[in-house]
Amino acid sequence: MIKVEGLYKSFGQLEVLKDITAEIKEGEVVVVIGPSGSGKSTFLRCLNLLEEPTSGKIVIGQDEVTGKKFNPQKLRSEVGMVFQHFHLFPHMTVLENVTYAPLKVKGVQKQEADQLGRELLAKVGLSEKADEYPNRLSGGQKQRVAIARALAMQPNVMLFDEPTSALDPEMVKEVLDVMKSLAKTGMTMMIVTHEMGFAREVADRVIFMDEGMLVEQADPTSFFSSPSSERAQNFLQKVL
Amino acid sequence: MNFEQIVPSMPYILQGIWVTLQIVLIAGLLGFAIGIILSLFKIGRIPFLRWFADGYTSIFRGTPLVLQLMIIYYASPQLFGVQIEAYTAAILSFGLNSAAYISEIIRAGIQAVDKGQREAAMALGVPYNKMMKDVILSQALKNILPALMNEFITLTKESAIVTVIGVTDIMRRAYIVGSDKFSFLEPLLFAGMIYYLMVLVLTFAGKWVEGRMRKSD
Repeated sequence: MIKVEGLYKSFGQLEVLKDITAEIKEGEVVVVIGPSGSGKSTFLRCLNLLEEPTSGKIVIGQDEVTGKKFNPQKLRSEVGMVFQHFHLFPHMTVLENVTYAPLKVKGVQKQEADQLGRELLAKVGLSEKADEYPNRLSGGQKQRVAIARALAMQPNVMLFDEPTSALDPEMVKEVLDVMKSLAKTGMTMMIVTHEMGFAREVADRVIFMDEGMLVEQADPTSFFSSPSSERAQNFLQKVL
Repeated sequence: MNFEQIVPSMPYILQGIWVTLQIVLIAGLLGFAIGIILSLFKIGRIPFLRWFADGYTSIFRGTPLVLQLMIIYYASPQLFGVQIEAYTAAILSFGLNSAAYISEIIRAGIQAVDKGQREAAMALGVPYNKMMKDVILSQALKNILPALMNEFITLTKESAIVTVIGVTDIMRRAYIVGSDKFSFLEPLLFAGMIYYLMVLVLTFAGKWVEGRMRKSD
């Protein structure tokens, strides 16, 4: 589904990603963890070209997205993304947030888009909020709307960039629950998170990054019980 | 002070409202349209366009409006090869001048919209034009509405200087009536009252639109 080969990314002098090579299979849920500043988010943002890779190759489905002729809009309409700070459109109602991209990018009819939007809002448990504006919602509700908004484009892959890091503790669970049920539907997911419990429970595979490098990847059971690299051992000691 | 003597001339002065309004409305729209384009140049990635928009703003803000008006009107045969009408010159100079101010207002408004909005739209595959229009500009406009209204009010008042190229707006008509009756105070005060009322109406209209746009807050 996603193949990454020798990915490098620099911001000026600062090398943020160094020689990342990874593969994500269809239906797989991959959790990326690591200390802050390790390049996790940048890695994720390279996958839908919100950051332009400095060098290396990314293939998603059949398309080499790092190719010169590739149109990033096509890629982004097939890869959903959920941000730490939600970034809902504040001047649109919840339903308008969800239907906006299908209407304007895919050209779906209004009636059809509304129906899909309401179905998705029901899925994330927010049917009754459809006509509210985002500022009337709690953080957890906003993030669930953001997930519905990304799903409305019917993506093949969902990227989550620290989806619960900006939430009050009591709202973390409702968002993780939505993500869990999404994982059960067989969605390919890549999640940057600090929620180790969630990683252990939901991930098919854990990728550990440090200082811009992919240090280790393993299934969650063996990663959390016996990480092979010293850096992962140190990290886990601090967070667990 | 004797207002009675200008009563017969009041309709004549009042007819100037329409002239003033026409100039202000068309120039305002022109300024707004050019202002949007210039602001997009300013935040864009193309160095030449950025340079052009910055230079444009610098020149139009850095020289007197009355000078711009007179250059466009009196120098039009040298500039365009034909003598343009005073009315056209007024609209052109006010439109071009307010574009400079409006472009700065819009640029600041766009930059005040959270960067994440742009990323969220991009991540959904929304093309640049639609993102700008539906996500960025529509939020920016709401925030800059008071500043835009202010610019529009300024334009209404400043439009009085078209009198120097002979456009028969409120101001010019008041002046004509004054020299006709050898009494300037009354017609000028009357003109002042008209301008003030127009500005009040604009202020209220602005507040009303603002209130409607605050629905999502």
